[in-house]
Amino acid sequence: MAAGEKKENAIEVTNLVVSFGSHHVLTDVDMEVYRGETTVILGGSGCGKSTLLRHIIGLRKPQGGRILVKGHDITTMDENRMSNLLRKVGVVFQSSALFNSLTIGDNVALPLREHTKLEESTIQIMTRIKLDMVGLSGFEDYMPSELSGGMKKRAAFARAISMDPEILFCDEPSAGLDPIVAAGLDELIIKLKKALKMTIVVVTHEMESMYKIADRVVMLHEGEVIFTGPPDEFRVCENPRVKQFVERRPEQYGEDELGRYARALTSES
Amino acid sequence: MDDTDLKKQGMLAVFFGSIGRRTAGSVDQLAFLYRLILDSLYWTFVAPLRGKGLRVGSTFEEMVKVGVNAIPIVVLISFSIGMILAMQSAYQLEQFGATIFTADLVAVAHTRELGPLMTAIIIAGRSGSGIAAEIGTMKVGEEIEALQSMGFNAIKFLVVPKLLALAIMGPCLTVISDLVGIGGGVFMAVFSLDLGFERYVTRTIYALIFKDLVTGLIKSFVFALLVGITGCFMGFKVKGGAEGVGRNTTMSVVVSIFLIILADAFFTALFYYLW
Repeated sequence: MAAGEKKENAIEVTNLVVSFGSHHVLTDVDMEVYRGETTVILGGSGCGKSTLLRHIIGLRKPQGGRILVKGHDITTMDENRMSNLLRKVGVVFQSSALFNSLTIGDNVALPLREHTKLEESTIQIMTRIKLDMVGLSGFEDYMPSELSGGMKKRAAFARAISMDPEILFCDEPSAGLDPIVAAGLDELIIKLKKALKMTIVVVTHEMESMYKIADRVVMLHEGEVIFTGPPDEFRVCENPRVKQFVERRPEQYGEDELGRYARALTSES
Repeated sequence: MDDTDLKKQGMLAVFFGSIGRRTAGSVDQLAFLYRLILDSLYWTFVAPLRGKGLRVGSTFEEMVKVGVNAIPIVVLISFSIGMILAMQSAYQLEQFGATIFTADLVAVAHTRELGPLMTAIIIAGRSGSGIAAEIGTMKVGEEIEALQSMGFNAIKFLVVPKLLALAIMGPCLTVISDLVGIGGGVFMAVFSLDLGFERYVTRTIYALIFKDLVTGLIKSFVFALLVGITGCFMGFKVKGGAEGVGRNTTMSVVVSIFLIILADAFFTALFYYLW
C-alpha cells in the first residue's frame, strides 16, 4: 500500500477517463482519498460526480486510467476479488435503494446473513446496534415504504455500515430532504467517522453540508478536477468556476444567447 | 454544392444513421441476452459445484409464488379447456357416430398441446410480467446497484432462483393441467354426452401413450424458461422510471407469448417428423 508523507491513501484515482459514446463524462481525473478522512466530491449537476463514484465502487468499468482502492486496482479485478473487496465498503445511494420487499431489519441484516457465518441471534443483535446508531431503534419490522424519506436514508446508512466497512460512500445524502433532516444526516456522518474511524467519501452539491463534514474537497467541473484541498482554501480559491459556486452565481449568458432563448420561447424564428 | 444537394445528403445521413443506430442497438441487446443466459447457466450449474452456493431458500419461495399460487387459475382454465375440447370434438364426431373418440381427442390434444400451451400463457401473464416488474422496479430504484455494491451477483440473487423455480414448476403445473383438463372432458362426457364414466376413462387410458405426456412436458419446460428469460431480460432493460417499468412489463408478456407460440411450432414439428 502506497504511503504518503504521513497520510495513507485509501483510494487513488489516476488518469480516469469515462465516456458514454462520443460524450466524455470524465476526462483525465486524478484524486486521492486519505484514510480516516471525510472527502467531499463537489460539483454542479451533470459534472460527472455520481459517475465518478460509480466507478470507484466498481459498478462500471472506465475507458482508461487506474482506480486503486486500498492499494488494489479495481479496474482489472475479477468478480471474486471485487466481491471480497466490496465487503469492506459501504454505499448509501441517492434514492436510499433499500430492498422494498424486505423489512428494515432484514435490509440491514442481509449483508451479514450472506457474507458471514454468524449465528442468527448475533445478526439480530448487530442489526439492532446499527439501527440504534442511526436513530432507528424499534423500526426493524417496518417495510421501507412505511418510512419517510429521511428515515429511509438513515436505514440506508445502517445497511451500509452493517459489515463495519473501512470506506463509506454517500451519493447526495441530503438530496430531496428538508434542512433539518439534512443537518441530522451531516451529524450522523461526523458521528460515524469519529465512532467507527471510517474513511468517508460524500458526493454533494450542498455547500453548507460540505463545510460541516469535509476534511478535504475535490471539485469537479465538466469532467475535470478543478480544485483539491481543505474547505478553508476552497472558500478563498481564485478559480472563477469555484468562485461562482461559492458565491452561488447563475450561469452568465451573452446577449446573443439570451435573444435566442427569448425567440425560442416565443417561437419566433 | 447547392442547397438541395446538402438537404439530400442530410436526409441520407439521417436515414443511414438511424439504420446504423438500430443495428448497433440490436447487437447490444443480443450481447446482453447472451451474457444473461450464459451467466444464468454458470450460476445454476457451475458456481454451486465450486462452493459459491445456490440460493435454495429463495428458489423455494419463488416456487411457491410461480407454482403453488398459480394452481387455482391453472385448474379453472384447464377444466374449462377440457370441457370446450370435449364439446367441440363431440360436435364433429357425432356425425360419424364416433362420439366415444372424444376421449382420445381430449386426452391427446390436451396433453400434447393445450395443457403445456395454456399453462405457459398463464405463467407468462402471472409470473413473467411479475418478474419483469420486480427486476425493473429494482433497477429504477438503484436496488440492483445496491446489490452489486454489497458484493452480491444480481444474476445469482435474482435471476437464478426465478429461472429454477419456473423450470421446475412449469412442468408440474402442466401435469396438473393435463389431469384437470381430462377431468373436464370426463365431466362433459358423463353429464352431457352420455358416454359413461368408466367407458370414457378406459378409452382415455387406451388412447394416451407415454410419448404424448413426455412431449408435452418437454415443451412446458422450454416454455417456462422462455418466459423466465424474457421477464428477466425485460426487467434489466427498463429505462426511465415507473413508465419504463410498465412498458417493459407489457412487452415481457407480449414477447413471451410470441416466443411460446414460435417454440411450440418448432417443437411440434420436431416431434411430428422425428419422433
